[in-house]
Amino acid sequence: MTTAETESVESFRARARAWLADTMPRLDENAPLPVLGDDDHEWVRARELQKTLYAGGFAGICFPREYGGLGLSRAHQRAFTEETAGYEMPVQLNIPTFSIVAATILDMGTEEQKRERISAAIRGDEVFCQFLSEPSGGSDLAGLLTRAELDGDTWILNGQKTWSTSAYAADWGLCLARTNWDVPKHRGLTMFLVPTVAPGLHMNRVKMVNGSREFCEEFFTDVQLPASAVVGEVNDGWAVASRQLFHERNAVGGGSPFVSGLAGRPRALGGQSPFTVAKATGRAAEPGVRERVGEWVALETVKNQMVARVSRAIGTGTLPAPGAALLRLFHAEAAQRSTDLAMDVAGAQIAAGVGTEEGIAGRAGVSYLSRQGASLGGGSSEMARNQISERLLSMPREQSNDRDIPFNQVKRGRS
Amino acid sequence: MELELTADQKLFQASARSLLEKDHSLDRLRRLEVGEPAWDRDSWQRGAELGWAATIVPEELGGGSVSGEGVRDLTLLAEELGSVVAPGPFLPVNVVLAGLVAAHGTGPDHTGTIEALASGEQIATWAVYEPGDQWSPDAARVTATPTGGGWRLDGTKDRVESGSEADLLLVTATTPEGLAQFLVPTAAEGVAVSPQWALDLSRPLAEVRLDSVVVDAGAVVGTPATTAEVLERQLQIALLIQCAEICGGLDKMFALTVQWGFDRYSFGRPLASYQALKHRFADMRTWLEACHATTQAAAEAVQAGSPDAAELVSVAKSFVAERAQWILQDCVQLHGGIGVTWEHDLHLYLRRATSDRALYGTPEDHRRRLADLSSL
Repeated sequence: MTTAETESVESFRARARAWLADTMPRLDENAPLPVLGDDDHEWVRARELQKTLYAGGFAGICFPREYGGLGLSRAHQRAFTEETAGYEMPVQLNIPTFSIVAATILDMGTEEQKRERISAAIRGDEVFCQFLSEPSGGSDLAGLLTRAELDGDTWILNGQKTWSTSAYAADWGLCLARTNWDVPKHRGLTMFLVPTVAPGLHMNRVKMVNGSREFCEEFFTDVQLPASAVVGEVNDGWAVASRQLFHERNAVGGGSPFVSGLAGRPRALGGQSPFTVAKATGRAAEPGVRERVGEWVALETVKNQMVARVSRAIGTGTLPAPGAALLRLFHAEAAQRSTDLAMDVAGAQIAAGVGTEEGIAGRAGVSYLSRQGASLGGGSSEMARNQISERLLSMPREQSNDRDIPFNQVKRGRS
Repeated sequence: MELELTADQKLFQASARSLLEKDHSLDRLRRLEVGEPAWDRDSWQRGAELGWAATIVPEELGGGSVSGEGVRDLTLLAEELGSVVAPGPFLPVNVVLAGLVAAHGTGPDHTGTIEALASGEQIATWAVYEPGDQWSPDAARVTATPTGGGWRLDGTKDRVESGSEADLLLVTATTPEGLAQFLVPTAAEGVAVSPQWALDLSRPLAEVRLDSVVVDAGAVVGTPATTAEVLERQLQIALLIQCAEICGGLDKMFALTVQWGFDRYSFGRPLASYQALKHRFADMRTWLEACHATTQAAAEAVQAGSPDAAELVSVAKSFVAERAQWILQDCVQLHGGIGVTWEHDLHLYLRRATSDRALYGTPEDHRRRLADLSSL
């Protein structure tokens, strides 16, 4: 499609508004809060909603047309997202399916992978996840131990992954594995597309302090993969992972063009903003409470303004790509402050629920328990600070004892 | 800073920068004697000739902006002035102009005053605070009593910026009908202006006593129906200027501190190589970006006259003023002892930021306003 044929943002917006009103179900504001840890039905629902979007011609707005998208601009996506306020949307598919995994396949995948996987996700037929982190270490991703070895034309995968978000609901995962142990760590990795139902793949759900079971751990025992499962080049998986991490920071920070509808999972995690807690606890008239709610309003607003500015700056090249770490770090700070403010506002009521239910104040309490989640997920805040100081401010890099050393000679424990 | 500037805006910025380099130095500011004026009318006049009091004034009233979007030009200018803690009545004159222009056409005509302020010929300032009060413009204790054809003003204002230098005061007062604003010449009988100690060396403050000051009906700005809206406009412009000048100052001090991090060595390595310090630089860099993001968003909303402009200026003020303290105090800490000496530039910026934080609503005041606006 040439520029001349592209529908204007305003016309697209108007069409979206009418279509949403006719087609998409309205969010029920009075619906009971979802129970964390039991969301299988939400995933079924997300696929249905995605199919509806696809049928209506509003799916994959920023993905290229040849892979099933609409090939439209960020401005079109923004307009659409604004119009979706108040409607039910398949927001579970935003992260990681569209904004991280599909975005990475688009950058680094083979033509066949792009054509099959991206379009299947846009149609609502497939959901993606990431098999990156391992129990041996989170921040030092390139030091991973899962191995893939060639047996004829078949790769044999063995090892263990963890922290894979909603992998239980996914069909495919991007899996980073070591394929050469005789070279320094970044140069011996390969990225694979792995079906989550592959024989030899065993998955458990991990229960978190807030009751959520969205994270999974996986055990790979002689999982067989064809050569066509490789994403990017063999032993150049770090290049793929780097794009993936960029997309992850961008998505978590709120700067991805592939997020449609409000990012994240506001319903599942909602219900405990300082504003709602102030209302629920009857403390809205207290000046101290009003100050804290105002602070929360300001922080949420600044967070969105920051996303708009930094993504635009990265888009135009005013900021280099590691600038996405600014969003990542600020997001964590804002999220933490928000849980702190909600706790302050709940005051004495945070320790007990309403009858046998946790209630809104209780939920603020539970949310406080996982306060650090925002500064751990998607690379820790400490890693984001390293990125910002080293990549944006050009400060000296941290010392590492594994640089330029074959991975099989790197020390991996005390002994 | 806006991400992209037009050629005209760059020229406007460059002209301001070059005048500031000629007319102003931090060293002069540092060496001011008690009672010595921080700026003179000639230098303000030269600024006005470059359009410093014209951006938000329509062309037919003697103003004009280079980009056609006056509020954005004003913000750009405020950043430049803030980056060198420039003295001068930039904030008060533009705030009064904001009020007069907003009220234009609704009450007595002030075209002549608008033109004289825009050209730099006259200087005006907003007399809104009263002794001992926090930010509460709606609760003025200064009274305006009708006297046949005019008004009589009584009471005391303080924290009046450039009050001793100004020709005109925009006095917010309570009338039997509610709040109203009046343009009062400082030379009027019954007006007594006395200097007030100010934390910011570059911004003289004054206390103004109004003792049976009589003004005619033409002194009124706007009408009872427009006063609230005009006050809001003055506040929005004041907050934008504050946030933008803080951003300009933060850019400068952060850059200085980063440079220090590279140049200063301890234990044989630069400060910038210590992770404990790198992480603090990363936090500051992030906050700085957020300060710019919210200031620009507020400027765009005020420029467009969006319904959320009131909210966005309070978001910006509450955020920028607080983070400015965090950043500047950390810059002091990273500099070590030299950062708390009179000879270092940091305190000049810290004075400005602390003063800006305090005036026209503290972050706490604006957070409560945000709660009001969010219908809590």
